[in-house]
Amino acid sequence: MKLRDFFLLPALLWFLIFILAPLMIVIVVSFATRGTYGGIEWTWTFQNYVRIFNGPYVGIFFESVALASLTTFLCLVLGTLVAWAMATSSATLRSLYVMAIALPFLTNLVIRIYAIRLFVGVEGPLQTFLTFLNVPFDPYALTQNKFLVLYGMVTTYLPFMVLPLYGAFEKLDFTLVEASQDLGAGPWRTLFKVILPNLKKALWSGSLLVFIPSLGEYVIPDLLGGAKNMLFGNLITEQFLKARDWPFGSALSVLLMVLLLGVVVVVQRKGRVRE
Amino acid sequence: MNKERARPSAPVLAKVVLGFVLAALYVPIVVMLISAFLEKNAEEVHFTVRWFMEVIQDAALMQALMNSLLIGLASSCVATVLGTLGALGLRRNQKSWRHSVEGLSVVSLIFPEIVFALSLLSWFFILQFELSRTKVILAHVSFSISYVMMTVNARLANLDASLEDAARDLGASTWQIQQQVLLPLLKPAILGGFVLSFLLSFDDFLITYFVNGVGQDTLPVKLYTAMKMGVSPKLNALSSIMFLMTLSVLIFFFRSASFRVLFEESRGKNGSNTEEKNL
Repeated sequence: MKLRDFFLLPALLWFLIFILAPLMIVIVVSFATRGTYGGIEWTWTFQNYVRIFNGPYVGIFFESVALASLTTFLCLVLGTLVAWAMATSSATLRSLYVMAIALPFLTNLVIRIYAIRLFVGVEGPLQTFLTFLNVPFDPYALTQNKFLVLYGMVTTYLPFMVLPLYGAFEKLDFTLVEASQDLGAGPWRTLFKVILPNLKKALWSGSLLVFIPSLGEYVIPDLLGGAKNMLFGNLITEQFLKARDWPFGSALSVLLMVLLLGVVVVVQRKGRVRE
Repeated sequence: MNKERARPSAPVLAKVVLGFVLAALYVPIVVMLISAFLEKNAEEVHFTVRWFMEVIQDAALMQALMNSLLIGLASSCVATVLGTLGALGLRRNQKSWRHSVEGLSVVSLIFPEIVFALSLLSWFFILQFELSRTKVILAHVSFSISYVMMTVNARLANLDASLEDAARDLGASTWQIQQQVLLPLLKPAILGGFVLSFLLSFDDFLITYFVNGVGQDTLPVKLYTAMKMGVSPKLNALSSIMFLMTLSVLIFFFRSASFRVLFEESRGKNGSNTEEKNL
């Protein structure tokens, strides 16, 4: 054994104990049975998986996939334009923009949601403004709804799209853009024919970085969506914290991970073929 | 740095979108910062620092702040040591089990947070592990290691391998190479990894909320619980304090240039390597 192998050992052990073992536990528990008073009984069953497909859970699942896809799509469109505008500004502005985009990414999610709730809340600036304009509105429908969830999701995950895309734009050879313009291509043609093909990898990795966490999101729908908006993350949480049905919650978590793993594998393969 | 070539500017729409996005990100935060300094009576609105005083005098909140700082410092210290060693261990390592370390670090990055939280909850339950603050520290170290490894790795990937070869030719032992050649070069990246993992720990809500159970609440957990009751001037002040703390860490971090390691150094020749790990 060499010195560098010893360096690797502590991290490996830590990962085995606190990443791999808990992951395995979730898989094992998903085949166990719920005890009478909650908790886990070690009687093996497939029932938890059967239950997912009988009942309202499939609908909740598809609703979450739809929201995550819409979030990813919006981040993709907005992120490309934002990264483009950032990368083509002066060097000083560029680093300011990077900081402006990174700050919300490093700021606590709960604080950002708190700020949004304050903004749309009763007697908040938005409602004051609407009253001033004499627009009729329902003060409580404004504070929690699907649109706010989407707004929260896009503003939360946009930095995950913008930062890799900005990195790729920085690497981009801008003489290609000049050449394309000299040859008479408009800005959109340049974007689709010249710029985007060079950013493929960043587009894929940005999409993954947005899609994966937004599919399992719990806090945003919980605080901005109200009780009506049950998503997959909230469903899993409910099984663990309220229903105390850990085996069923585990089965739902395993399903989520299998789906995400599938998405990662497909995206990675796409990235590889293109290179 | 040589003078860069002109970059043809983006269409107006892209600039407008950038403006809109920045507004969408910052308007609620700015409103929160302003409201934290306002006191509304029946008739008039005036400037006050009263809410900040109330936050400072709230013993439970100060206890939560101490917990957040303690957990953040403890977990980022451990994560920085393990992550840095891990990154050094991966460098030019031909052993087959380097792939299991890399694989597991990717897993921990792409693990949905909620599954991460619940799997640790189940694991600690099965181990009958009770100390809540220790559990939170262990959990935070677990998700921070990979970020430190990623940051240090990005820097390592851009180092010229011939530096090590030269040191070896001059008779340095492996230990001396790590100590006297690599570590000094890696200092900004290691500091960057430390600050990043501190911020991640300080900002974490979900994992703390689940793993903690009934025990040592951190500031975000306190804020979440209080927010369920609605918004209040005191919460504006608390959120503003937390936001300004993150901002000041970021400014310090940004100026120290170690921040760039994260987003920019991975663009180098070997950048493709680190980008894949970003997945």
